[in-house]
Amino acid sequence: MGMTIAEKILAAKSGRKTVVPGDVVTVDVDTVILFDNNFMPNNWREILKVADPSKIVVTFDHRVPAPTQQAAAAQVTGRAFVKQFGIKRFHDVGHNQGISHQLVADYGYALPGSVLLCSDSHTCSAGVFNCLARGVGGPDIVYAAIKGQTWFRCGETVRYELVGKLPEAVTAKDAFLQIAGVHGEHATMNVEYGGSGVAGLSINARKTLSAMSAELSAEFATFEADAALVEWISARNPAPFVPVTPDADAKYHAVRKVDLAALEPLVALPDSVVRNSHPVSKAVGTRIDQAYIGSCANGTQDDIELAARVVKGRRVAPGVRFIVTPASQTVYRDVVASGAVQVLLEAGAMIAPPTCGACGGGHMGVLGPNEVCLTSSTRNFKGRMGDPSSQVYMASPATVAASALTGVITDPREFLQ
Amino acid sequence: MTDTKNAVMNKTMNFKGRVWIVGDNINTDLILPNKAFYLTHEEQALYVFSANRPGWAEQVKKGDILIGGSNFGMGSSRAAARSLKNLGLACLIAESLNGLFMRNCVNFAFPALECPGIHDAFTEGEAAEVEFDAAQVRNVTRGTALSGKPLPAPLMALVQAGGVYQLLEKEGLIAPKV
Ligand code: SF4
Repeated sequence: MGMTIAEKILAAKSGRKTVVPGDVVTVDVDTVILFDNNFMPNNWREILKVADPSKIVVTFDHRVPAPTQQAAAAQVTGRAFVKQFGIKRFHDVGHNQGISHQLVADYGYALPGSVLLCSDSHTCSAGVFNCLARGVGGPDIVYAAIKGQTWFRCGETVRYELVGKLPEAVTAKDAFLQIAGVHGEHATMNVEYGGSGVAGLSINARKTLSAMSAELSAEFATFEADAALVEWISARNPAPFVPVTPDADAKYHAVRKVDLAALEPLVALPDSVVRNSHPVSKAVGTRIDQAYIGSCANGTQDDIELAARVVKGRRVAPGVRFIVTPASQTVYRDVVASGAVQVLLEAGAMIAPPTCGACGGGHMGVLGPNEVCLTSSTRNFKGRMGDPSSQVYMASPATVAASALTGVITDPREFLQ
Repeated sequence: MTDTKNAVMNKTMNFKGRVWIVGDNINTDLILPNKAFYLTHEEQALYVFSANRPGWAEQVKKGDILIGGSNFGMGSSRAAARSLKNLGLACLIAESLNGLFMRNCVNFAFPALECPGIHDAFTEGEAAEVEFDAAQVRNVTRGTALSGKPLPAPLMALVQAGGVYQLLEKEGLIAPKV
């Protein structure tokens, strides 16, 4: 019987001929990423041995630069760990730093067919690179760093066939909100993205879909490889790889078509990402206190340049805090070079350093009582970005930027047609 | 996992306790909110459901059992399962468990079971009897019974071993807890 992309990699990495939904398999892990939260004084258990230091990546991203003594202590522990085991792929605060999932893209850390683990739930982001990437628990990361292995339970796969081309001012975030709104959670299942519409999406746009798949509660999110993907990886990582294609007779739980050309800007209302998407018109006019562009899903060069196009020559509405967070120092340098940062600054945006920051309600944009935020980040759960009484709406960077200008949730097509 | 030889096999895990009930899609931000991140594990436990059910954590007694809806524990990879364990809950039974949350239940040796039909089989305050290994749940108050899905054997072995850190510590691969 044919296999999906996820099943094929699970089989290859567990040394089996086939893997079917329901199987629990032990697999070899190619890349293990640790980040600052792993090293927090109340989380860290000192590792005495690692399987292979060259398979480990360390970054500080959730709380950077350190906003508290605990966060600073975590970084001290992390640096000592890096030194002790001679870990080369270390992204300390400075030139190479970034949100782990963005670093995977910046440096080509995820090769097609490989297995990548990090104890952050949006690790499925790396699935854009035709690999198996999963967010696991902190102890899973410690185990994988030490033993070079982990376990996975294979689930069924839902395939999304993307066709057509996104209209102006409509983005991959809207495509995601469409899927999440109509189909809801995909717990215990994998999602696989393919179809003729993928070619029209930049790698950054595809990465929005793979990262946001965490919100579908998907086990793995995978994309098929194409020439653009191979070129992206080869430009950043000289290691050889072989793309994994699904078998023609692969068995899917469902195959669903998404016509990108038919989409419009969407917004998720507060407290749930899934089954909560509406045309932006439903929320238009809702007053906001904060507009946020950033996160592992929407802090790329594409996202920030799109925001700059919306606000160019205009000013952020009085009373609105417009916070823009490039997802990595590489992205930051790119958007400075392209002029987008200057445009955003002139409009009145605050540019934060690459960090998870406000996305997780940690720092750099935490919400107060009853405040309303429109975010392009990943989650709108109750209390996610601050006080439990605050409300978080979610939309594309274009919609967030347009709304920052007016002070109320706004259809971005007004500014981009 | 391949090497669970240190696991204490065949340790039966049976629980009896009063049940608490929550709904579908309970997320990890509700179980372990950001504002508790820097606290001790014991303090963190008191923040469980502080946003959606303030004051609840204080009412939980050791040995109580939590019943949840579908996709319980959706969201982040934070050690939310550890908080439920530290709160004194004996176990969790849900319609379905989020995959990442289930990993953390195994990681921290917090017994969690998937049992379709469980949410409507109990009213809060009733008593449940759980045979974890066999995935059997009884509503003692009503005298009814349900069968859940037993944890796959290698994962069960990890739970019985006391979780991942216990295992690694025994093998001398991580330092003893300070
Ligand atoms: S940006 Fe947000 S979703 Fe992404 S890794 Fe950071 S906290 Fe998680």
